[in-house]
Amino acid sequence: MPKVKMPKKSPSLDMTPMVDLAFLLVTFFMLTTQFRPDEPVIIDSPSSISEKILPEKVMVVSIDKGNRIFFNLEGKEIRKSMLQQMGDKYSVKFDDNDLKRFSVMTTFGMSVQELKQYLPMGEEERKAFMKKSQGVPYDSLNNQLGDWIRFGRLADAQLNPTTDREKQMRFAIKGDSQANYTAVKRVIEIFQEMKVNRFNLITALEDNPNQ
Amino acid sequence: MADVQSNEQDSGKGGKHKKARAKKQSTHIDMTPMVDLAFLLLTFFMLTTTFGKPKTMEINMPVKPDNPETQQKVNNAMTILLSGDDKIYWYFGELKPETQLTATNYSNDGLRKLLLEKNNYAFEKISQLREQAVKNNMADTTLKRMEVDVKGEKKALMVLVKADDKAKYKNVVDVLDELNITMVGKYAIVDLGQQEFDLINNFKATP
Repeated sequence: MPKVKMPKKSPSLDMTPMVDLAFLLVTFFMLTTQFRPDEPVIIDSPSSISEKILPEKVMVVSIDKGNRIFFNLEGKEIRKSMLQQMGDKYSVKFDDNDLKRFSVMTTFGMSVQELKQYLPMGEEERKAFMKKSQGVPYDSLNNQLGDWIRFGRLADAQLNPTTDREKQMRFAIKGDSQANYTAVKRVIEIFQEMKVNRFNLITALEDNPNQ
Repeated sequence: MADVQSNEQDSGKGGKHKKARAKKQSTHIDMTPMVDLAFLLLTFFMLTTTFGKPKTMEINMPVKPDNPETQQKVNNAMTILLSGDDKIYWYFGELKPETQLTATNYSNDGLRKLLLEKNNYAFEKISQLREQAVKNNMADTTLKRMEVDVKGEKKALMVLVKADDKAKYKNVVDVLDELNITMVGKYAIVDLGQQEFDLINNFKATP
């Protein structure tokens, strides 16, 4: 019987195009990736069909499911100036180290007095602290949230004066699905006291039944 | 792998001629480890990347002073009351002593059907507009403007959303979302009045 001869082929193949592609993708993902900043609280936003994207310059007030308030405004210089003005108002002394640490933080949720203790803490301590924290006080007697908003806007107006409507700061509310509406209403009231009537509610995307 | 081994063999055989000739090396390099690494990185970045930013819903709150009175006179207005445990009640028109609430829910057959019925005029008109826009290659901005016009017409539905102290944030966002889906353009979030609060309580009390 004649043997069926299999053609002998080298087991190695030219991987160059594949490697090219792989590196192209790696470069692409490396450049486009923005690492998600470590948020101190998990907020499960409700979903909506809206496809509008959150604007660049935005002040975010978050409300978690225990109705605690958290505040965030990006920008190192803005944060420094904001903290300084806050410290002056509530007579809490923040030194240069505190300012520096505060400027690289993200969302926070505690009173100014607690913030002073919070800033020098390490990662683990901060996590433990956040679990017990009551959030930024926002009742009418101790309305620190209102002050953060005011000083945040002031700092922004001083550092980046602009008349362009599109470039102005926007105000976002990031509420948890299970947060009470009364808490959200109170936050909206605080904003409205400062003549802010236009908000962005942060939501997750959901399918639009009309399309 | 095969390449590496054959390279070694070559150099073993050619050992004698080392002095005479410049060392000939294969142009092939084993790329396997590099590819491994490349794919590892690729997988890592693909999994950690979150594309885009979170989505947002824009909302304009009514300016404080001229709040309820001007709005409640509107004829074609519907009021949606939100309460705890995902309950929704609604009534149509002005609030009168004999006003009766009707209960509904967040399902497609509940609130959405109701809103579509009430806002049929605007919804149909916008759907037609969209079809025409596709046929005539209309610019998006023109279409948007025409849609806004339709939503603002007198015949289009107006909705007042009022949430009581037991309502969750999700409820409010869900209702706003339904309003967007059913193309209701005129809506406002307003405070709940005492009368309406009593109505809800009465409704809950009667089996």
